[in-house]
Amino acid sequence: MKGIARSLMTTLSTFSRKPVTRDYPNVHKPLPERDRAFPLLLWDQDIDEPFCTGCHACERACPVECMTVLMKDNPNHKTVGGTSTRRKIIDKFWIDYARCMRCNICVEVCNFDAIAMNNTWTGHEMSVHDRKDLVIDLQGLLAQSRAGAIKEWVPVLGQTNE
Amino acid sequence: MVTERAREFDTQDLLINVGPQHPSTHGVFRMVLEVDGELVKDVIPYIGYLHRGAEKLCETMDYRQGIGFMDRTEYLAAFNAELSYVMAVEELAGLEVPERAQWIRMILCELNRLSSHFMFLGAFGVDTGVMGTPFIYGWREREMLIDLFEEISGDRMMYAYFRPGGLAWDVTRNFKERVREVIKSSAQGIKDFDGLFTENEIFVARTKGIGYISAEDAIDYGMSGPSIRASGVPLDVRRDEPYLKYSEVDFQVVTGQHGDVFDRYACRLQEMRESIKIIEQCLDKMADTGPIMPEKMPRMLRTPPGEVYMRTEAPRGEYGIYLVSNGGNRPYRLKVRSACLSNLQALKQMSVGLYVADAILVLGSIDIVLSEVDR
Repeated sequence: MKGIARSLMTTLSTFSRKPVTRDYPNVHKPLPERDRAFPLLLWDQDIDEPFCTGCHACERACPVECMTVLMKDNPNHKTVGGTSTRRKIIDKFWIDYARCMRCNICVEVCNFDAIAMNNTWTGHEMSVHDRKDLVIDLQGLLAQSRAGAIKEWVPVLGQTNE
Repeated sequence: MVTERAREFDTQDLLINVGPQHPSTHGVFRMVLEVDGELVKDVIPYIGYLHRGAEKLCETMDYRQGIGFMDRTEYLAAFNAELSYVMAVEELAGLEVPERAQWIRMILCELNRLSSHFMFLGAFGVDTGVMGTPFIYGWREREMLIDLFEEISGDRMMYAYFRPGGLAWDVTRNFKERVREVIKSSAQGIKDFDGLFTENEIFVARTKGIGYISAEDAIDYGMSGPSIRASGVPLDVRRDEPYLKYSEVDFQVVTGQHGDVFDRYACRLQEMRESIKIIEQCLDKMADTGPIMPEKMPRMLRTPPGEVYMRTEAPRGEYGIYLVSNGGNRPYRLKVRSACLSNLQALKQMSVGLYVADAILVLGSIDIVLSEVDR
């Protein structure tokens, strides 16, 4: 009997605890800076073009082969009277979010810091009715960064706090 | 007299199918119980519903790509699974891991043990028939730990944070304060479960004396982790074959005496207190800043030909990785030795002769994770 009383006291004592739950769809938990949703491409606001040069590094390193990359000559390059120093630039880019396993390897291998994991809630709430709708094209991948709606966190492998 | 009664009620054994879609089987595990009235006469387990071929897949991946798949073999304690894998690769490649990275790995693995055991306590509470309450208590404490993992690694379950050689990136700046905060809440959670279960007469009557397995049988079945320690066998890889910095911290190997369901529960609860002790020591000994990767790392890691078996103490027992390399940048053969598969072998011996409701309890007390059984 003593044990049951003690057990009930434990339950009773939680009445005074602050609730830890949230009213989810209405209240969103603030996400940490390092939060990893799906990868997206970053937009170079200074030159007004993507950082990505289409070098295929992420495509080759992806363990689940969810990326497709095609490059082209940069129409905005200095040699043809443009402002950019990028000789090659991304032409077409697809990421199949249904396949992606969010391992962060594409961000690690990128030489141009052109890809980052989405650390906002838009990356988490993307349910669709058809799996095909989860194949995102270049415009879709760039949209959030182009609008300046993301403060990305791009780690360097083995980076320390100093 | 007995024969006459048997003739009067013509009885026959019944086969009951439990699972694969049943909440008390903790995943997609199917067992067919042969019952005589309420008594279990035979248990026929069926596994393989969650088989994804992770071992074979890893043979087509380089060492870094394989880490993500190791997470998925042990989703409740992914840090421990990653640890075995990266340590096996380090052993083959001869990499020296910086001291600070080892301390951080150790803290994260022990925190992961806490979160996994909270999950066990909650689910085990449901198995005993206490609907809801303990499950939500376990969930609540696990949530605090998972929030911490998310702040550090960026993901809540599939961390992909350890790398051959060290860690992918440094922990957050307020790491030590956050860990202290979280283990304080975990200690309170352990106290809650202790108060809820340990002396509760209903719980004790339900769990004491059932699902017995002797020390000899447990060794024969190759059990490990809390399941074998409850039978009184002090087997703990952390103490017997210290990896990381376990030789420098002081902790006890918790053992039970009776080898029944209650002891398996009590062992886990006590083990969590030991984990908190280990984490506190780690925090004191860990440096605030320092390297977390060796200075010179190749862009693509290649290992010399050879083979290695690396085992670590995961929350459910010995999690081992057998890795064969033929000199390339990917494993030639990878074999996962999962604790759950071995622990599950003893299920039949433990549950024959019990009531159906108790057989569910025995299954719960082994604390299986089906993704680890099937891989």
